[in-house]
Amino acid sequence: MRDAFIEALFSRMETNENIFFISADFGAPALDKLRDKYADRFVNVGIAEQNLINVATGLALEGFIVYAYAIAPFLSMRAYEQIRTSISILAQIRDININLIGVGAGLSYDVTGPTHHCLEDSCIMAVLPNFTIFSPSDAILSEKFVDYTLRKSGPKYIRMDGKAQPEIYADEKQISFEDGFTELRKGSEVCIVSTGYMTHEALKVADALSQDNISTGVVDVYFLKPFNEQLLVKIFREYRHIVTMEEAFLNKGGLDTIVEHACFSNRVYIGMTKLGFGDKYVFDVGNREHLYRTNGLDLGNMIKKIKTDLNRN
Amino acid sequence: MNSIDYLKDKADWVKKELLKIHKIAPGIRLASSLSCIEILTTLYYRKIINYDPKNIFWDQRDRFIISKAHGSVSFYPILADLGFFGMEQLAMVGKPGGILADIPDCSIPGYETVNGSLGHGLGVACGISLALKRRNRKENVFVLSGDGELFEGSVWEAIMFAPHHKLNNLILIIDNNKICMLDYCKNIIDIEPIEDKFKVFGWQTAIVDGHNIEELYDILTHAKIRISDKPIVIIANTVKGKGVARLEKDSLCHIKSLTIEEVDKLLMEMN
Repeated sequence: MRDAFIEALFSRMETNENIFFISADFGAPALDKLRDKYADRFVNVGIAEQNLINVATGLALEGFIVYAYAIAPFLSMRAYEQIRTSISILAQIRDININLIGVGAGLSYDVTGPTHHCLEDSCIMAVLPNFTIFSPSDAILSEKFVDYTLRKSGPKYIRMDGKAQPEIYADEKQISFEDGFTELRKGSEVCIVSTGYMTHEALKVADALSQDNISTGVVDVYFLKPFNEQLLVKIFREYRHIVTMEEAFLNKGGLDTIVEHACFSNRVYIGMTKLGFGDKYVFDVGNREHLYRTNGLDLGNMIKKIKTDLNRN
Repeated sequence: MNSIDYLKDKADWVKKELLKIHKIAPGIRLASSLSCIEILTTLYYRKIINYDPKNIFWDQRDRFIISKAHGSVSFYPILADLGFFGMEQLAMVGKPGGILADIPDCSIPGYETVNGSLGHGLGVACGISLALKRRNRKENVFVLSGDGELFEGSVWEAIMFAPHHKLNNLILIIDNNKICMLDYCKNIIDIEPIEDKFKVFGWQTAIVDGHNIEELYDILTHAKIRISDKPIVIIANTVKGKGVARLEKDSLCHIKSLTIEEVDKLLMEMN
């Protein structure tokens, strides 16, 4: 999805001379031709995320539409105070179009360990006023978002998976950036609300539950902020149990917290199962599937947990 | 009146106005605002910096980033005098209904960016300089930072960046008042000689007496002429709390306030 985004941006740079791409020494196959053809609108600031953000701000103040690109945990956490001060605060006063592209959401970089895992970013970025947070589940969504970033000014954080994922949105008409989510499957008992990579797991869980005659819907949320609370709550009311799935720490402000808050404040009192990561870092060594297993998020365990909670309702 | 005398008169006026502001807003960073009065006066009253108060974001203005924002309350009287906002605002610093806080922010006309949280200004200025260079524009980017601010790591990321990208439209002025919040900088982490450090990083350097308006006027006028492809740093040696004996002698002057009686006495002496 990272390459689809950069490819689309590359094609827009032909006609839009205001696009500027900066990287903190982080690449992608699709980026090679961009930095070759548009060398005057590409800068590698080096392994210097703080400066990446400050330089992005300066460029944006002069009217460039800026894409600042780095590994997600270092982009969002090494430079957090720069993001807050130079982007989030400033954006309330000055018009700046800055798009932060963090690659390696969740456990994308599975075998690289806890420094490169990123289970915090959706929570901490959601705290910042004036930010839009985009969490795509496939390459089609991510490519389509390029024109949105050009059209809509303001700061955005784009939470990209680090690995190629299967396509979900074969029919582009399913995508609505106005709604910020898509109800991929309709059901009546269990509603799975998921984002990013977890939407792929959600579809598998939904398959398994449906086979056991538990009618299951799947809602893929790609705008974590602004979060379309009213429209989502309307959907939640059609179910009797909600499951949230996100590659993030639980109960810290991510998707689970937002959904819970939306339900509570709209008096939707139905059962909820939250699937994500507990309050500890992941030191286990292995691929993503293995890490899911060691953290109780393998398919069998997730289904078991949902069924247990469902029986409690 | 010649330029220098005019600037000296203006600097005296700015100091008086700053002291009057201090009477109503005792929480302002007075000592740090006193050390940069001559720098700000020279930049603005002889149009070293191009600006248009009627068109604040005029595209032909020079960009001025005040990275040491806490210590720039002395900029308030200058901005009011030049018409960026009304003089009445000076009597409302920190008061409900006013636009001027104890620490300046980016909602104040004349301030370009968010500062006060230290270490951001130079990096943002690098982005602005880069944008102006890529568009072949002739405006300059000025940054005023403190010497204590050089302790921030992000500043050094920007110090590396600017010469590599040949940002000769970037002029950094360091208000080298030698004191942080709790002590003299040299007792915290001694980073002198600052000039040598900038030199080896590829900057054009100059050292001036930051209270000497002749020297400031001369160096700042020349800094605008792009004689090389290097960014320029002007290390302006200053005294924190300049002109207030009690503050000048105190390593804790950053957080010290004067009593109303002390301010009145100073104002009388100045008249």
